[in-house]
Amino acid sequence: MSAESKSSKPKVGVYICHCGTNISHTVDVEQVREWAEKTLGAEGVVIARDYKFMCSSLGQELIEKDIKELGLERVVVAACSPHLHEMTFRGASKRSGLNPYLTELASIREQVSWVHTDKAVATEKAKAVVAGAVRRVIQNEPLEEIRVPIHPDTLVVGGGIAGIQAALEIANAGFKVYLVEREPSIGGHMAQFDKTFPTLDCAACILTPRMFEAGNHPNIELLTWSEVTHVAGYVGNFTVTIKKKPRYVNTDLCTGCGICVEKCPKKVVDDVYEAGLGYRKVVYTPFAQAVPKYPVIDAPNCTYFQKGTCKACEKFCPTNAIDFTQKEEYVTIQVGNIILATGYDLFDARRVSNYGYGRLANVFTSIEFERMSNAAGPTGGNIVLRDGKTQPKTVGIIHCVGSRDKNYNNYCSSICCMQSLKFAHLVRERTGATVYEFYIDMRTPMKAYDEFYQRVLEEGTLFVRGKVAQVTNAARNEREEGKLIIQVEDTLAGKQRRIPVDMVILSIGMEPRHDAKETSHLFGVGCSSDGWFIEKHPKLDPVSTMTEGVMIAGCATGPKDIPASVAQGAAAAARVLNKIMQKEVVLEPIKASINEAQCSGCRICNGLCPFNAILFHEDRMVSEINPALCQGCGTCVAACPAGAISGTGFSNEQILAQIDGLLMDVNLAV
Amino acid sequence: MSEKPKFAMYWSGSCGGCEIAVLNIGEKILEVDARFEVAFWPVAVDAKVKDVEALPDGDILLTLWNGSIRNEENEHMAHLLRRKSKLLVAFGSCATEGCIPGLANLAPLGEIFETVYHTISTDNPQGIHPQPVTQVPEGEITIPALKDRVYTLSQVVDVDYYMPGCPPESHQIAAVLDLVFQVLEGKAQLPPKGSVIGAGGSTVCDECPRARNVKTIKAFRRIQEVAPADPALCLLEQGIPCNGPATRSGCDARCPRAGAQCIGCYGPAEGVIDYGARLMTAFASVIDATEPEEIERILDGIPDPAGQFYRFNLADSLFKAGAPAFKHNGH
Repeated sequence: MSAESKSSKPKVGVYICHCGTNISHTVDVEQVREWAEKTLGAEGVVIARDYKFMCSSLGQELIEKDIKELGLERVVVAACSPHLHEMTFRGASKRSGLNPYLTELASIREQVSWVHTDKAVATEKAKAVVAGAVRRVIQNEPLEEIRVPIHPDTLVVGGGIAGIQAALEIANAGFKVYLVEREPSIGGHMAQFDKTFPTLDCAACILTPRMFEAGNHPNIELLTWSEVTHVAGYVGNFTVTIKKKPRYVNTDLCTGCGICVEKCPKKVVDDVYEAGLGYRKVVYTPFAQAVPKYPVIDAPNCTYFQKGTCKACEKFCPTNAIDFTQKEEYVTIQVGNIILATGYDLFDARRVSNYGYGRLANVFTSIEFERMSNAAGPTGGNIVLRDGKTQPKTVGIIHCVGSRDKNYNNYCSSICCMQSLKFAHLVRERTGATVYEFYIDMRTPMKAYDEFYQRVLEEGTLFVRGKVAQVTNAARNEREEGKLIIQVEDTLAGKQRRIPVDMVILSIGMEPRHDAKETSHLFGVGCSSDGWFIEKHPKLDPVSTMTEGVMIAGCATGPKDIPASVAQGAAAAARVLNKIMQKEVVLEPIKASINEAQCSGCRICNGLCPFNAILFHEDRMVSEINPALCQGCGTCVAACPAGAISGTGFSNEQILAQIDGLLMDVNLAV
Repeated sequence: MSEKPKFAMYWSGSCGGCEIAVLNIGEKILEVDARFEVAFWPVAVDAKVKDVEALPDGDILLTLWNGSIRNEENEHMAHLLRRKSKLLVAFGSCATEGCIPGLANLAPLGEIFETVYHTISTDNPQGIHPQPVTQVPEGEITIPALKDRVYTLSQVVDVDYYMPGCPPESHQIAAVLDLVFQVLEGKAQLPPKGSVIGAGGSTVCDECPRARNVKTIKAFRRIQEVAPADPALCLLEQGIPCNGPATRSGCDARCPRAGAQCIGCYGPAEGVIDYGARLMTAFASVIDATEPEEIERILDGIPDPAGQFYRFNLADSLFKAGAPAFKHNGH
């Protein structure tokens, strides 16, 4: 290679971070530095330095100084993942006058030191990663950031306590919120509970004022009995399509008087709100304090829809609000930010067949018990066996049903210990029965939780540490006759026990919504293998996602109690308000574009864009990308079979140069 | 010596279809004879390698090379003709991208010999296994040894132009010859070195008359399983794995027009670096399923992925050969 072409190579600076000992423990940082300076000198590297913490202000100043004094034209920082500090080092470049997109991060922590133990091998790999980044950065082009305005409205999906809290925070700050809920009323799981731990205040008493406030807030538009069906756009500019399911009740005319519910002649088992313990009418509001107050007709069960006759509700409605001709309706809204607070499903206790739920009548689930203990519930708050009248004399409460179990869910559902303690207290308070708690570990870490545990201990509840093997009605002796027998290894006493009880309560865990994966696809957020939405950072950014403008809150991100859900709802709202107040958003200038001459209009890319940025020109038979909508995700770039689509920041030249660098024989050189 | 510029054509590792395609240009072949002195063209005229060796370097104006570099003789001839030619054209799919012979790169050499000489379908009672060097009473005789894998022409020598196709379409050959004639008359300029000639700049879809919609594929099917295929609708949309979207235009979409899917003989479109990888991501992108098992089932509808995606381009792909070939060929 001639001297001339060598000198035309841009000057590259390489900075290798020790990350305390995170990197230097497994990678010989000094060796990588020396190698980079010597071997990659031919590639244009003019300086290579290492430093204890590159991300510190001193580390950044080192880079800034070199850019100014040595006239660096490209920078490679070999440190952590770009997720963590790409912005940091781009900022350092920018401050010293170098286009931030001429700085690359080479991940030698997440991709090298954290995943290897052999120092020699890790050091070689670190060199290859650095070589890849150097070859790539030489191909980088300077790019300019793009600024777009933010739409001030917000969509909150899910009307449980987390969603309600988020909606109220934003609405109270003076901005419009659309609150979408797929059930007929907001309130979520909390509306089903009787008492809340550890303070034992009544769930309805603390929840319904919030529901009412959300339902009547001038800045909140409530869309219940509705579901989001399509999301397009990007942070600041989402276009969302919402399906409003037919209520068969004209909400403009309905006063919520309840006469239709009263006159409806047909009852069905209420599997949702009453957890199968009670009945509801076919035209119904889930519960008395429902928000909004308008009822819904359950069309599949309605006699009119089945047989064409009845119409009792229509006849008696004083305002002619019943409308059997309603069809589902789609509305499209524009929002700048989205908060997902879609909640959780309960574990299906039938899956643990050895506990007998569904087979043994007096085995109840925790949600059934919640309804039973609720004064407004199907038993009027009386704790009774399945026959509806007999009070139990002994009750066994089994923890961790479906949780902390390799056969079902590995994770701890976080609330089951406390709800079980609450149940023990309520059973003793209302029936005086003897209560056994069967637990693996007692987990009471939050404020006033352990004090509540002490209280329940003092009240005389009996605790058995051990995982229950089975619940059976096969009696072995007279004492067990007619009872449910809980077979358990008492690990503190060190023996097997058989404890006869009248009632068993299974403290069932939380599971991601059955359709969480579809929801994650719809909104473009990540979903763990369990199905919980993934936060941008588990500690430092728990309510953001990798998709800008989409926040997550409450149990949709993992099991949590009411205070944590409320805190997350408020935190997500703070994030949204922060964005709204900035009025505009800075977008990365990473965009795809189509070379029309190479595009043959095969239309493979047309259906792929998650942001609907690709349009097809029928007349010229070519596709085109709208740069205002493109988010630079790269889906179409990868899919284009003709190689007609390229993405800034990820050109073939950049990617192949990086691969070449990675495949460089790091031992041959020097 | 004639004043006419010299022309050569050579056939290495290939089927010979390219030679037929040249003859298929009809009367224009006479113009080739009129304008050029045919210095070397083993299929058409009698000339010896030593005649070529005797020529001054760069004496042949135009050499059309068809065939892959499979053995040492191919390689030797490639170097020789490169030295003797002003313009060396990789002619046809074998020379440009390895083509069908390139599929041998999926297996190591030993396995190829084993299959050809010693499997049940081979009648080889004496157990003959060819050797590059053999001792006979008269002395030592040699045959060219196979190279570790199949190479494209440009992987061995510097190439001026690439002319794709298996074989190149006769009208494209005629057009290229016309261009050469015009250049000789000073009426036209040669395209930049390294260009693809005798083909289009876009893909087969560009020349395909079939209607196209936004694609979603629920099942891949072989063409005989779709009876009858809609003659006016994009084949890929009907689940028939048509390679047209990634294949260079220039053939006038012959196969899709005739009701068969494009198998990719015109090679990668301009700007495509790895033909098979491009097609795989393209096909995968339009699969209409979300469950992994369902996606797996749909992909199983492509019975021969190597043949589907790399039938012509394996030797020129980023990987150049399958892993077993690399592992056992001493790499």
